[in-house]
Amino acid sequence: MSGFGLLLRKELLEQTRTMRLYVVAIVFALFAIVSPLTAKYLPDIVKALAGTQVSLVGLIPTPTVGDAVDQFLKNLTQFGVLIAILLAMGTVAGEKDRGTAAFILTKPVSRGAFLAAKLVAISGTLLVSTAVAGILGYYYTAVLFEPLPALGYAAMCALLWLSLVVFAALTFLGSTLTSSSAAGAGIGVLFLVVTGIVSALPTVGPYMPEMLAGPARALALGQGSDDVVGPVAVNVAIALAAGGLAWLAFRRQEV
Amino acid sequence: MTPADIPGVAASAAGPAGRASVSSGATGGSAAPLDGLAGAGTPPAICTVGLGKRFGSVTALRSLDLQVPAGSIFGFLGPNGAGKTTTLRLLTGLAHATQGTGTVDGIPIGAGDGRLQRRIGYLDQDPRFYGWMRGSELLEMVARLHGLPGTEARRRTAEVLELVGLVDAARRRIGTYSSGMRQRLGIGQAIVNRPSVLFLDEPVSSLDPEGRRDVLEIIERLRGTATVVLSTHILTDVERVCDRVAILNYGSLVIEAPMDELLERHALPVYRIDPEPGQPDALARLTNALRGQPWVRDLRVEHGLLRVFVRDPAVAGPALLPVLAGTGVTLASFERARPSLEDVFLHLVANGDRPMGDTPSSWPEHPDQARIER
Repeated sequence: MSGFGLLLRKELLEQTRTMRLYVVAIVFALFAIVSPLTAKYLPDIVKALAGTQVSLVGLIPTPTVGDAVDQFLKNLTQFGVLIAILLAMGTVAGEKDRGTAAFILTKPVSRGAFLAAKLVAISGTLLVSTAVAGILGYYYTAVLFEPLPALGYAAMCALLWLSLVVFAALTFLGSTLTSSSAAGAGIGVLFLVVTGIVSALPTVGPYMPEMLAGPARALALGQGSDDVVGPVAVNVAIALAAGGLAWLAFRRQEV
Repeated sequence: MTPADIPGVAASAAGPAGRASVSSGATGGSAAPLDGLAGAGTPPAICTVGLGKRFGSVTALRSLDLQVPAGSIFGFLGPNGAGKTTTLRLLTGLAHATQGTGTVDGIPIGAGDGRLQRRIGYLDQDPRFYGWMRGSELLEMVARLHGLPGTEARRRTAEVLELVGLVDAARRRIGTYSSGMRQRLGIGQAIVNRPSVLFLDEPVSSLDPEGRRDVLEIIERLRGTATVVLSTHILTDVERVCDRVAILNYGSLVIEAPMDELLERHALPVYRIDPEPGQPDALARLTNALRGQPWVRDLRVEHGLLRVFVRDPAVAGPALLPVLAGTGVTLASFERARPSLEDVFLHLVANGDRPMGDTPSSWPEHPDQARIER
């Protein structure tokens, strides 16, 4: 992994200089704030819009802290996955296309370090953004509803982060296999569709990244979750396998 | 045909003049030791044996046998698509050979363990860097990737910035650099590690005349301390700085030789005699004497300058000076016309369908004829 430290430093610097880190963190923060607000005030909004149609208003249940958590997870899994794909789609393909990969790879750095630095940097951006979202989401949920167990909420954010990293890693694999950012994104979306289909299957479904939201919700609400270790292990394995396959493909690739 | 039959390609069988050590896969010859710049016993900086690269059905490089002496400045020429960049990419480990092998500074080109990259510098023909990075940051990063500790890396960065004339732009983002500045930065990053072998692919293509001169000076300063492989279309630059030249065409080596030898080998059968002004009688005697010589094919006097076209320079050379001395004419200069590298290049590349079969006798006999044909 020759040159990993320096390349990681460069990648992290790139995340800040190109504003990627800030943009992603702000988007995550907005969703984190909007989620408990939406859960809290949606009935009031509907009531205001519905006017005299009291029967419609009566159909909307009184919002609970569980709704706030659901809204948070729904928003950040849906939009977070898209952002993860956007972050990873051009990370290798773009450098191959622009010629900067050739510039770096004529220096004494290993190809493994080149890839690992990128994947770690993307994971870092997602980690910072998820942490920001988690802090804001926790605060607004506590203010609007009730305080949740901090450790459980942190565990939920960790699982959310893991699911995003899995999609980033799968897109990263796509980006390594191709020379086009769009093709990399296409492969990322393909994995999203495939894991979505597989997640509907009874045996393997719970191990797909989308399904981490279930145990994440339970942990956030302090309900505990017995079946979290297996899915976590499988998702970590998927992310590592994607990184490993990317390395195997990139090892002999011409840039 | 043997390597000895090829102009500029004289393997060990070519006798005492066999300085070059190149053979083509087409001839099946093998590389022989050099007695060039590096001297006997010094391993070549670059050695390839049957190196080739195919892209599907397209052969970009076919069976290249080449030895580049350590410390030389080696011009790598050829028309677009000749295989120059492919060769450089193979030698720098960016591409993989589909046949043959090679070493750079004694390290196999496919080693893939970073040893090769520690010894080389490489400038791409279209250098691209991270636009968000500052020039000084990029150089320092490269220096540190090469293992220089922080303080040393910063010192070397400052040195290189000075050398490539980017001190004022050091803190600017690379995205704001002009193409010429990017090229200078490219040269900077290629030399920051003081490479043993420096590969420069079109290093002056985006530079203004002053920048070009600066870069050529940098290259000249590396003579003897590093081996420089310079791929370019600007033949006057090659003529100015290179010790040796190789010409590729259609993926095959056409010729490789020391620059002087190459130009000498392709010298035209023409002598230029420039008499001192104010001696019409002596000049008349000289033209009469020359017209009577069996080895003179044609004679022209233009603006007081005599051009003597001879049938065989080997015969004319020794015979001409006594004739000149006998007529008592005083000379300002006397020389055998030498072609420029451009002449040699165009002539050899124009015969691309038979790159290895060219001989000096196939050159046009008359310089004007040569000009018209080109």
